This record gives sequence, structure tokens and C-alpha cells, in this order.
Amino acid sequence: MMEPVPPKGMGPLARREARLAWGLLFPTLAAVALVVILPLLAVFWIAFKPIGLAELRPPAPVVREDIRGDLEEGDPDAYLRYRLRNSSQDQAITGVTLTDTWPEGLSATEMDPRCTLDDATLTCDLGDWEGGFRDQIRIPVAADPSYFEGPDVEASEPVISGRANNVLTSFSGFTLENFARIFNGAEFWSVLGVTLFYTVFGTAGALILGLFAAMLLDKSFTGQGILRGLYLFPYVAPVIAVAFAWILLFDPYSGSANALLMQMGVTSQAINFFGERPLALIMVTLFEIWRYFPLSFLFILARMQSIDTDMYEAADMDGASPFQKFRYLSLPQLLGILSVLFLLRFIWTFNKFDDIFLLTGGNAGTRVLTVNVYEQAFALSNIGAGAAVAVVIFLSLILFSLFFFRVMSREEGL
Amino acid sequence: MRPLRFGYVTAPLLGALWCFVVATTVAVAMSFATGAGFRPAWLALPWGALMGLACLRGGGGRPALPLGLGAIMLLAAGLAGLSPIAIDPEAAPLARWTGILATVLFTGVGLWKILDKVVPGALTRHVFEAAVIRFLTGFGYIFFTAIVVIPFYVMVMTSLKNQAALVQNPLDFSLDLDQGLGLFRSYVELMRDYNFGSYLWTSFYVSVLTVLITLAFAIPGAYAVARLRFRGQKVFSRSILLIYMVPMIVLALPIYIAFSMTGLRNTIFGIVLIYPVTTIPVALYMLQGYFRGLPSEVEEAGLMDGLSRLKVIWKITLPLSLPALASVSLYVFMIAWNEFLLAFMLLDDPNKFTLTRGIASLNSSEVPRQHLMAGSVIATVPIMVLFLGLERFMTKGLTAGSVKG
Repeated sequence: MMEPVPPKGMGPLARREARLAWGLLFPTLAAVALVVILPLLAVFWIAFKPIGLAELRPPAPVVREDIRGDLEEGDPDAYLRYRLRNSSQDQAITGVTLTDTWPEGLSATEMDPRCTLDDATLTCDLGDWEGGFRDQIRIPVAADPSYFEGPDVEASEPVISGRANNVLTSFSGFTLENFARIFNGAEFWSVLGVTLFYTVFGTAGALILGLFAAMLLDKSFTGQGILRGLYLFPYVAPVIAVAFAWILLFDPYSGSANALLMQMGVTSQAINFFGERPLALIMVTLFEIWRYFPLSFLFILARMQSIDTDMYEAADMDGASPFQKFRYLSLPQLLGILSVLFLLRFIWTFNKFDDIFLLTGGNAGTRVLTVNVYEQAFALSNIGAGAAVAVVIFLSLILFSLFFFRVMSREEGL
Repeated sequence: MRPLRFGYVTAPLLGALWCFVVATTVAVAMSFATGAGFRPAWLALPWGALMGLACLRGGGGRPALPLGLGAIMLLAAGLAGLSPIAIDPEAAPLARWTGILATVLFTGVGLWKILDKVVPGALTRHVFEAAVIRFLTGFGYIFFTAIVVIPFYVMVMTSLKNQAALVQNPLDFSLDLDQGLGLFRSYVELMRDYNFGSYLWTSFYVSVLTVLITLAFAIPGAYAVARLRFRGQKVFSRSILLIYMVPMIVLALPIYIAFSMTGLRNTIFGIVLIYPVTTIPVALYMLQGYFRGLPSEVEEAGLMDGLSRLKVIWKITLPLSLPALASVSLYVFMIAWNEFLLAFMLLDDPNKFTLTRGIASLNSSEVPRQHLMAGSVIATVPIMVLFLGLERFMTKGLTAGSVKG
């Protein structure tokens, strides 16, 4: 008799289930790997490369072919010309060769020493090219009558090839220059400071406003549904539409906000809301609060409506005042969702790009890290430095999410 | 707080504050509606204090006193110029009287409600706090409605006016109704000269394709994470959340490079390729939460009756989760419709623009402002209509798993 023992390892059924699970997950995994993991690795790679927008294409030899002089007139000075150049201004190409089909009926009266004509194929060995190299090959030619019946000399594209060092894909040329550049000087620290101000106040403001709005709507009355829908508008509308509406509203010359403030006697002079130094940062933070309070409001309202009303009735019996009920009953109940929301929104505000990019373009002291990525990579044409900033963002993100998951598992999530 | 909890102190204090809030609100609203000069006056404070005192529930609680005071206030403001709201003398009499009447009316009615049960003598803590909360609630409704409505109001009205009129008086949003359909001139011009019809169509089908592709990927994935047991399930459901925290701008850089190299930049195909990947993690996260909530007994019954797993998903799970699918689809549609960054970086050819990219191209000094705002309205209206029509699904979808934005 065998002793009955619990089964060890996975049975065939469990194995089949796991196989099915991986099968169902595979498309998603592949897509995410392709578009998230791979680009992330690429960002790390590029961050250590001295690479600008212009070097995205590796240097390549370029050739243009034409006939100078009139062959039909029998011009004795007619020649076939290949104009050659290196596409890169500073990088060398080695072992350049050119091949082209030689048309029938055309005869070369003299051959360039670098080229050989063999079996209707022209082959030229052009050696190594420095960056910014330019040259021409001139082959004096004469044409038979049969040439004019066959294909033109320009009908066949010349083929040119060479070996060039591509900074993007080569395994050498790593440098810390990008990081040195972005960390150097006061600019980085001011960008970091602006980012923190924007993130902390944007998140906290949206949360507080959301809490306030949720308390307003946490009772049923006619029109509650309409108001709830209305208060979600800022979040649902396309960011580009509302950002431009804000720019127009606060325009220093034709903006309604300025006209209103002047009429009310608050200010005597038009204020350039998105163009002055401390004010622009406050304005973009206010925009962030305005746009995202609906989200916190929605979450907080959902949590509020699931709080047991018995507790409030008991508190009423004990004579608690409305503020006491809020302070000692509602707030502790909401603390979980508030902390989770704060952390999630913190991360998302930290990552926010479009809002500031559209409102100020990062000018007037509103350049946050994400806008800095764009600025470095595209405005300053330095992809490497942009990627270095992106790496900094990503590392801070990892830090935040470690913290987030710790809190999240305590509050057992959304 | 104790000295405040006394009817003769609470009532005038709240009254003064409330009257000032109402006067400011009416002034802003009337300015935006007529373009004439309205502003709150300091007289609002004493008037409000008086009204507060009048609203104290001393006698039988009949509103005779505040009604009388309201009438006096109306006359004093309209005839003697002792108004809580200062009005430019050039304003039309109708606008003038509307402004005064609205201020007096909302001050009176509001205070009558706010000061419910507030008696002249000492107040209990309960009554006092309830009055303060009612005041804050009223203020909250006004505040939130104002901050939400004003930008959208400006957006719509600017699109209907011409630039010269707006520069002259940026507050005058009154419409010249005599021009009839000429009001919609900038919309017609956008559709005719700026190709916005085609952008609208591009945005629409890109968003629909994004929804379909996202669902095709996310449904099996979410089902696997929610229902099937396999090693790494825990890690997986966490990393989904982590992935949608990766900022787009970090990914946009290598995607831009890769698309430039492979020739996918500037193609709708490339956009349709990249949009779903940004939404799949969100959709997966939302759906797996819903699938987990479905009773697994129903599915097990299906399995016992000889259905395969895939058939179970198709015939049992999906029909049961139609509401969740609707909210996920709506949410994904909204993300794709509003997406700006990728469209901005990857599309250069005006024939292939999406709506958001098209609006970005209007942002130049050569294009008049009303065109920019008309474009914004065109982009906003469809998503708003969709949202208001299906608000129930939308709110559910938003709370289900999306803290993204």
C-alpha cells in the first residue's frame, strides 16, 4: 500500500491553464515590450550617446549623375558627370564604391583613373571620405546614333555604398557628457524646483478642491446629476481646446480676465498672466488644479457614498456638530482614498507634459522636467541630452512607485 | 469661535459676506453677458449685514421683514444709487435693473435659507455650524460653476465673434443676432478652407480603431490575469499599473526616432499602431477588476457543460460584462480623441492631421482667434455629447481603474 501524499508540482490541468494564460497574455506582452520596454532601453542607450537630431541618420555617400554638353550636336566637350558628397559634415565614410550601368552606344574617350568600365558596368573605387567631402568624376563621352534609341544615361540610378560609423547603433562612443551637461549649472536645479512646486501644489490643490466639490454633491437634490456632469467637463474636454481657451481668457491685450479685473478695480494695468515670472508658474499650477479636480472629486464622491450612514446617525444622537462629524467621521474614512489619490496624482502630475507645453511652452519660469526633455531634444536638437533628462524622470518615477506600492498594499488599493 | 456664536453677530457677518459674494457673481455674470461695466460695491457689506439681521428668526419665522428690506434696498439702489453693485451709467436700463434685482433677490433668498433656525440670542454649536456650512455650500456651487463655465463660455462666444470687436471690448460677448447664419462664419471657413471635415473624420476613425484594437488585446489579457492561475500573476497585475505610470514624453523620444527610421512617421498607420499601446494597460487594468467581480460559478458551469475556455469567454463572460466593455470603450475613445503629444510629434502632413493636431496648426498669428476657438469647439462638442449621453458609463469607467490623465 502506498502512503497517500499530496500531489507535488503542477498537474497537467494546471499546466494547461497556465499555458492558456500565457497564450492570452502574449499579444499584450509583445505589444507592451515593443512599445514600452524597448523604447525605455533605447532611452537609456541614447542618454549615454553624444547624438543630435542631425545624426539620427548615419552618414551616407550621395551621388548625382548628369550629362554636360549636347551629345546630339556632337559636342566634343561633352562629359558624363557624377557629383559626389558625404551627407555628414564631420564623420568619415570608408571604402566607398560606385557602380552604374553603362548605356549602349556611348563611348568614353578617356577614363577616370579611379574607374573601370567592364561589360557595360562602370565601377569606381573611391576610397575613404572625410566629413564634408565633395568631389566630381568627369568622363568625356561621345555618342553613336544607337545611343539615342536606347535608354538615356540617367535612366539607370548609380549605386553607391560605403561603411560609416553610426553613432546610434555602434557599441562604442559612450559618454557621460549628456548627464554632465544637464546637471551642470543652476538651470537643472531650477527646473527641478519648478517641477516640485508644480507637482506638490497641483496635486494637493486638485485634491482639496475635489474634496470640497464632493462634499457639495454628496446629497441628492434636483439637478445633482447635471452639476456632476458639468463639473467633469474640464477633465473630459481635449486638453488642447481648454488650454487655448485659458490662453485667450488671460491674454494681456484682448483677454476677458484682464478686462474684468481692471473694471473691478483690482488692477490698473493689464497683467501678463502667462508671461511673468512667478505668476506664470502659479497660473499653470492653477490650470492643473482646474483640469484635474474633477478626477479626485469623482473618486472621493464614490468613496463618500459608500460610507455607512448608521455612523452619522449615531453621531447625531450623541450631539456631534456638523464640523465634528466631518473631522472625526468622514475624514478618517476618506484618508485611504485620499492618500492613494495623492500618490497617483503626484506621479501623474510629475509626468505631465502637454498642459505646460501648450500654455507657456516652458517659458517664463515654467519649465518642468518633461518639457525640458522636449526642449533639449527638439529645440536644442540634442537628442542625447533629452534622453538623459528622460532617464532622470524615469528614475524618480521608480522611486515614487516603490513608495506608492508600499502605501497601496497597506490601503489595499483602489 | 464662542463670541461669534451669537445671533446678532453671526447673522450680519454671514449676511455681509454673502451679499458681497452675490454682488461679485452678478457683476461678473452681467459683465460677460452685456459687456457693460458692472462691479461689486463696498455698500454690499452694510446692505448684506442689514439683510442678515432682517433674516433672523425672531418672530414667527415669517419673511415679512426681509421682504420689506428687500423692497427698500431695491428702491434705494435703483433710484438713489445706494446699490450693492456699482453700474456704469451708460449701461442700458434693462441691464441695470436686472443686475440690481438679481443682487437683491439672491441676497435675500440665499440669506433666508442660510440663516434657518438662527435666532437673535445665543446659538447652539449645531445651529451655528449648520449656518456656516450652508453659506459655504452656496459659495461652493457658485465658485465651481463659475470656474467650469467661464472658460467654456469664452471658448464658444469667441468662436462666434470677430476679432476686432473682441479687442475693442474683451468683455462684450453679446451676439449680433442680425447676421443670422453669418454667426457661424468661422466654422464654415474651418470646414471649407482648413480641411477640418477631414480632420474630424480622421480623428473619429483613429479613435474607433484604437478602441477596437485595445479591446482585442485587453480582453484576453484581462481575463487571464483575473481568472487563470499561473506563476507570476501577482507581479503581472502590479506591473500593469506601473506601466501606465511611465510618462509618454519619455517614450515619445525613441518612438519618434524609430518611426523616422522606418518611415512610419507621418502616416495614419503609425498613429493607429501606437495609440492602442498607450491605452491597453489602462483597459486591461479596468477590465480585470470587473472580471474579478463576476461570479466564477457561472463560468465553471459552462466548463462542466463542455465549453472550452475560449468559448466560455465568448459566450458567458463577455455578454455579462457588456456594461464594463462600454465604459472601457468610452474611456479609451476619450483618450484617443484627446491625444495631443504623439499626434503633434509624429504628424507633419496637413492631409493626415487628427483634430487635435489640426487645432495646434491653427495656433499662429496669421489665423484669427475665432478660428482657433471654433476648432476647439469642434473638438470638444462630440466628446461632450458622447459623455453627457452616456454619463453613467463614463463615471463608472472613470472610477473603475483610471487615475490616469
